[in-house]
Amino acid sequence: MSTGTGASDLLHAQDSGIDAIVAGNVGVAARSPLQLFWRRFRKDRVALAAGVFIVLLLLIAILATPIRKLVGAPGPNVQESGALDQFGLPTGPSSAHLFGVDQIGRDIFSRVLAGAQVSLKVAFIGTGLSVIVGTTLGMTAAYYRGWVDTGISRTVDILLAFPVLLLGLGLASACSGAQGCLGGHLQPGLPVVIVIIVIANSPYVARIMRGQTLSLREKEFVEAARSLGASNRRIIFREILPNLVAPIIVYTTLFIPANILLEAALSFLGAGVQPPQASWGQMLADATGIFQSAWWYMVFPGMALLLTVLAFNLVGDGLQDALNPRSGQSR
Amino acid sequence: MAAYIVRRLVWVVFLLFMITLITFVIFSVLPSGDPAVLRAGRQPSPQLIATIRHELGLDKSKPVQFIDYLGDILPFLGHNGVDFGYSYQNSEPVLPAILTRLPNTIFLTAGAVILWLLVAIPVGVISAIKTGSWLDRLFMTLALIFVSAPVYFLGLVVLYLFANDIGVIHLLPGNSAYTNAHGFFQKAKALIMPWCVLAASFAAIYARFLRGNLIDTMQEDYIRTARAKGLSERRVIFRHAVRAAITPIVTLLGLDIGLLLGGAILTETVFNIQGIGRFAYQAITDSDLPVIQGTVLFGAFFIVIMSLIVDILYAFIDPRVRY
Repeated sequence: MSTGTGASDLLHAQDSGIDAIVAGNVGVAARSPLQLFWRRFRKDRVALAAGVFIVLLLLIAILATPIRKLVGAPGPNVQESGALDQFGLPTGPSSAHLFGVDQIGRDIFSRVLAGAQVSLKVAFIGTGLSVIVGTTLGMTAAYYRGWVDTGISRTVDILLAFPVLLLGLGLASACSGAQGCLGGHLQPGLPVVIVIIVIANSPYVARIMRGQTLSLREKEFVEAARSLGASNRRIIFREILPNLVAPIIVYTTLFIPANILLEAALSFLGAGVQPPQASWGQMLADATGIFQSAWWYMVFPGMALLLTVLAFNLVGDGLQDALNPRSGQSR
Repeated sequence: MAAYIVRRLVWVVFLLFMITLITFVIFSVLPSGDPAVLRAGRQPSPQLIATIRHELGLDKSKPVQFIDYLGDILPFLGHNGVDFGYSYQNSEPVLPAILTRLPNTIFLTAGAVILWLLVAIPVGVISAIKTGSWLDRLFMTLALIFVSAPVYFLGLVVLYLFANDIGVIHLLPGNSAYTNAHGFFQKAKALIMPWCVLAASFAAIYARFLRGNLIDTMQEDYIRTARAKGLSERRVIFRHAVRAAITPIVTLLGLDIGLLLGGAILTETVFNIQGIGRFAYQAITDSDLPVIQGTVLFGAFFIVIMSLIVDILYAFIDPRVRY
């Protein structure tokens, strides 16, 4: 948790000071919230393992090209007609193509690696932006109340009533022309997907953060800061924001897997990442036509997607338990 | 209570108006493609395009087009009756086209909802009561896997394993079976796989949610009171705890039903079911603006109405809520 210098930290410092005095002679040190969190989180072996998996996945995505060269796989968009059998059908896993090839002889292993880059970019950039936009809107609405709150909350309500997948499909197809949309500022492909994710998620984040801020702004430490003459901006960023870190982390980890699935769904329906760029959802869409004969084309991208989403969900559950030990959520 | 419902209804009307406006802006102002050119076919003459533009009313200014569209969806403004306009592709009126596909979507949704509640409620309750037991661990592990599995991947795997034409085990009617099925029982049989696939992730989400709620509820003071009164554990759990823990599920259920009635796009696509979701998807692929607008509005309508119903229901099922 952030170590600001606001009144809340002063209060905390006092608390731990008292603890230290009480425990002084016994030699027990006070633990910071971060230490407490880590002590709880590391007991959760499954979440820890999932965390390691995500780190590995990140490394694989970053080092995709060297890894591909190491196993001797061709690039994700290289078409090898030699990899098709005498009937022109794709061949399954072999030493030359670890995960087999698709209808036009592209190596599925290197396409799965390329898909990992897409999914992780969406996961981190899309979710990060949604959380920033949503938190800012939610805190502003709750802190200032009045017409600002009414305006933001009503907009959020309207956005929440939209069918997300339809809205996403619509935006994506509206922007899929060569010129993109909004005068060319929004190009088809990954940028459109990220905009859709921000539009779909930030209303949820805003609503949650508004609720949290509404109760925080009435707390004594905010009153204390205000009576010390702190500006609104200082109260929002130095007093309230640090107290929102725990819910922000929890919701970020909940949104990441959902966003990976949303990108995959959009790409599956042909409205997400544009070919020839590989993505897991689009590979599954391609596999729909031939999965009865080429099971590998369905299994490898599908399992990559499933395991990635599962890992993020496991870490999310673990974080939630560790940050909020009272809740009975998850496993 | 009456005042509350009236306030909510006014808000619903405003919400639907805003959704219509935003949908219109997204699909009519943003795209660079011209629907008239799409409709005219290959190498059209400029006169033909101009004629089509005039027929479709595309030569009018955008605000006039929007007002025309409002006329198509509002009974008291309607110039040709309420039909949500006509498809650019085949001039079919949009509303009847949606309504003929609605039963398929309702059938798919209803079966899936029943299935996921039948699975999720017992699983959630057992897991919450026996927290930490091997059964709880098994259930929650399975739940997390199903939460993480994309519907279309699950759909493909199930088809690969069990479809009676291409499957490893010839067990159930596969892809497109629903379209060719006649009569209730044949249709229901064709929907077994789509129901299971659609219900899987929802069942998992609901079971996890119910378990969490129930564990929290069991810590409440009134549960201790009920036990102190000497009630049997069964009665404490089912009459006191489950009743309170299940209330938030109603909200979730209402919103999810609303969302699915607007079209279960992915499931309908994988299993080739001619529902609203597939219709919308097809329209988006064809840049068929009136159909897109119609389906989005229809989907939003269900979401808004279901959340209204949920809020009103709450007053009856949760004695703590007062309006």
